[in-house]
Amino acid sequence: MEYSHSAKLDIAELSCSRDDRQLFSGLSFSLQRGQVLLLEGSNGSGKTTLLRILCGFRPADGGQIYWIGQPLAGSSYFADMAYVGHADGIKKELTVLENLRFALALSQPGHYSIEQALQKVQLAGYDDNLVQTLSAGQKRRLSLARLLVTHNILWILDEPFTSLDKQGIELIETLMDDHVKNGGMVILTSHHDLSLSHLSLQRIHLDSCL
Amino acid sequence: MSLIHAFFAIVRRDLLLAFRRRAEAANPLFFFVLVVTLFPLAVGAQPNLLQAMAPGVIWVSALLAALLSLDGLFRSDFEDGSLEQLLLSPHPLSVLVLGKVTSHWLVTGLPLLLVAPLLAVFLGLPEQAMPTLWLTLILATPLLSLIGAIGVALTVGLRRGGMILSLLVLPLYIPVLIFASSAVDRAASGLPVTAQINILLAMLLMALVLTPLPTAAALKMSVN
Amino acid sequence: MSFIPAPISRFFHRTASPPHFYALADKLMPWLTALFLLLLIPGLYGGLVMAPADYQQGDSYRIIYIHVPAAWMSLFIYVMMAVMGGIALVWRMKLAEVMLISSAPIGAGFTFVALVTGSLWGKPMWGTWWVWDARLTSELILLFLYLGVTSLYGAIEDKRSAARAVSILALVGVVNIPIIHYSVEWWNTLHQGPTVSKMDKPSIHISMLIPLLLMAVAFKVYYAIAVLQAAKLELIRREPSAQWVKNLLEHKA
Repeated sequence: MEYSHSAKLDIAELSCSRDDRQLFSGLSFSLQRGQVLLLEGSNGSGKTTLLRILCGFRPADGGQIYWIGQPLAGSSYFADMAYVGHADGIKKELTVLENLRFALALSQPGHYSIEQALQKVQLAGYDDNLVQTLSAGQKRRLSLARLLVTHNILWILDEPFTSLDKQGIELIETLMDDHVKNGGMVILTSHHDLSLSHLSLQRIHLDSCL
Repeated sequence: MSLIHAFFAIVRRDLLLAFRRRAEAANPLFFFVLVVTLFPLAVGAQPNLLQAMAPGVIWVSALLAALLSLDGLFRSDFEDGSLEQLLLSPHPLSVLVLGKVTSHWLVTGLPLLLVAPLLAVFLGLPEQAMPTLWLTLILATPLLSLIGAIGVALTVGLRRGGMILSLLVLPLYIPVLIFASSAVDRAASGLPVTAQINILLAMLLMALVLTPLPTAAALKMSVN
Repeated sequence: MSFIPAPISRFFHRTASPPHFYALADKLMPWLTALFLLLLIPGLYGGLVMAPADYQQGDSYRIIYIHVPAAWMSLFIYVMMAVMGGIALVWRMKLAEVMLISSAPIGAGFTFVALVTGSLWGKPMWGTWWVWDARLTSELILLFLYLGVTSLYGAIEDKRSAARAVSILALVGVVNIPIIHYSVEWWNTLHQGPTVSKMDKPSIHISMLIPLLLMAVAFKVYYAIAVLQAAKLELIRREPSAQWVKNLLEHKA
């Protein structure tokens, strides 16, 4: 799968308020292939809200978002991005394989086959297990496998390290590393200190964006 | 092509989910039979009274059963984040919604056809009305699912959406109730029912085209 | 927005900005009140005093001067709500959301008045308080639709989402109103025959018609007054800490 060379996310003067309280305003940044953006800020500073705006779930109160120079609605944005939020988006009554096949049916195939992806997230051999028999960490890794089997350039990850052990955290860091090296981009929120120092990591502190 | 693929993937997944949760799947059916059973107990068992009331009783019960089953349409997808993933799909959400409504109808609406003859016997509905009863069920239960989907999509984000759901949806069901029950009523007296059936068919076609749009808009609002 | 010329859309955005709208509503209020009284007083006088008694119903028909305008308003306001809902959904205009929400209780009020007066009128005409007449039944269902809008708005905590939800609901409702209306009418003729459609006025004398029209316009002006007042309150409730609200309160204090 070839990535569009010009793939680029531009945010201009974005603002959002909730219940009459300004969460952030005048927020501008741009993200290019091979870059990781880490959103920081105290609880309630609008990290999740910003991610949900970037997913198009929530309208911003002001400002623009451009994907490859175009407003989101007219661009290939939704075919090029993937999101893992607080909820896994995984059906617990279905097997691992059924879940991934369904994700694939809704989108374009990506870099990895289902087998390869399960190998990468260390769930190989679990194909036919019902998701409800998996542990919380395994479910988390399954939701990451979804990122691998479908086509996407931009990953939006909301607190991806929750309910993962040290090994799992290292796994995500490796996956992000690979993704970025292949020309992908990542936006994530985390309380966790990232050891991605060798990558070009942007940080935005939302408390200072008022 | 891939849109059709996505549509059928949703239908297949929801049918599979319903099969895995099959203990729940029969509940609307039991409810339907149970509500119909209440009427003879409440108004008395005079055969001519029951026969006169039969079309109305069956259709009010079908309406309530449909209403009860609606809650499950988007609830679990909303809670486990699958709905967010549907919204992010590059395919138009209204088509995906139509897939969900289709499988919901296959699981909750279609089985009503199976028990309808039993209820008709309970209430003494003449045999000549049976084909019409089936026909109205085939045409009108998908209508109930399609219209109801708008209401569920509006209330799925609410913790106690059930009461509001019925307040929103039941008034919209009134035309369906009127035409479906009057078709059965007329068939029981041996009168032609073409007009009612045609109107139901027209309403179904309109709803197939129109209702997925507000449903999709409402889901976007709910996920917000 | 692209199909609307820029100066026009700029004009709408300026008028629709909360402080500007608030000031405009304040300025209009005395004029609207005066107009309302100018229409209401001759309307009531003409209807209750000057118009002759009906040769069949005597004086009891005079309730139409409230009932009929209220019934008209109940439909008119729902259509207005749907128009506002469409504007709110397409252009995300806050003012349209506020007008939609402010209209709902007023519309429900008119619907309720139409129902009560219809029932009061029914007592001398039919001898019972309630008959499943096509109009009364449609009006009752319309009341349910209004109640659905207000309770949905109340149930959703985030008011911007709530406004989007009721906009969708109002649009769905307005598509359904004619379907419901004609199906109820059809149901009514099927089950009861045309005997109870006495409320239909095939012809009405001019001395009865003029006060009726005056009352109808008066009710519309009343709606304008009520909705502007409600919208002013709703605007303040929505952004209590906005700068223009602070200025306003300081100014008043």
